[in-house]
Amino acid sequence: MIVPFDIIILIFLVITAVISLRVRDLLSATMILGVYSFLICLLWAEMGAVDVAFTEAAVGAGVSTVFMIATIYHTRRRSSD
Amino acid sequence: MKWFGLIATAFTGILLLSAVGDFARFGDPHSPANAGVGDRPSVSQYYITDTYADTKVPNIVTAVLADYRGYDTMFETVVIFAAGISIFAILRSLGGPVVPVSHPQAIDTSVDGDHQRIIIGTTCRLMIPVIQLFALYVVAHGHHSPGGGFQGGVILGASFILLALAKDLGTALGRFSEKRYLTLGCVGIMIYAGFGLLCQALERNLLDYEILHRIMPATDAVMARSHSMLGVEVGVAFTVTAIMFAIYSNLSSNGRLDHGL
Repeated sequence: MIVPFDIIILIFLVITAVISLRVRDLLSATMILGVYSFLICLLWAEMGAVDVAFTEAAVGAGVSTVFMIATIYHTRRRSSD
Repeated sequence: MKWFGLIATAFTGILLLSAVGDFARFGDPHSPANAGVGDRPSVSQYYITDTYADTKVPNIVTAVLADYRGYDTMFETVVIFAAGISIFAILRSLGGPVVPVSHPQAIDTSVDGDHQRIIIGTTCRLMIPVIQLFALYVVAHGHHSPGGGFQGGVILGASFILLALAKDLGTALGRFSEKRYLTLGCVGIMIYAGFGLLCQALERNLLDYEILHRIMPATDAVMARSHSMLGVEVGVAFTVTAIMFAIYSNLSSNGRLDHGL
């Protein structure tokens, strides 16, 4: 565990989390959530939990981003009600 | 309402932050979780000292996941299967009748589109076999390196999703049809549960792999646990692969399985 590295990753985690909430465009928010997943994956790998980091990289950053994009493609920009 | 939410969030945050001080330090060898309470050793000590002698598996995480806590992992797989089946049930019943697509509808004849198709198609043709080979390596090598059934299954499912993204959903469904992925999902769970029931048939507890050396040729009780873990991981990988592709194909086509994104 390297403390300066931890602090940098944690700061970026907070920044990406806030941006993904503030951004208006759903597609951009999904992309930023992908970045968030990769940062968490880095954090876990650096803390020694390599198996968890691997799962996060495959599921969190990879497949769930694709699932969210596939869902967003079926939404419209304006709500109908 | 907005203020109420803000106050609730702030209160929960302060409560959580105040509890952080009670945690043991990261990697502290004297914390109860690592050193045990009093004279009794903790379970993590047992895993670290005895896993290799018990199972001949160097990766303790895999041994805990598939052997010591095998019951948990079996129902984790069932949860994934149930999630996939429920997405399938909701979207397919809302999506209307399935229109099978045998050829791409709109053929883009512009030069620009053609170039894109060549670049993406060639890249995916090169990448997909490598991704699939790596997924099989992750499943089979889970005893020695990070990885296992879940990760390998997700990567294998992602390779089919990549095929569906690069060409269209019809091409990917031609390789891995709806009937086939649902069958594969069920077969994966049956493999896992089958290993458990086989132990019961040989008069041991559920998922107590040691006894399987009686029916596995040329193994002792220790290697039987190692081999059974591999079998169980293959079952998990089957289910996860099938369910990942099932979720993608239903989400991207709104349950109609026509052309996808």
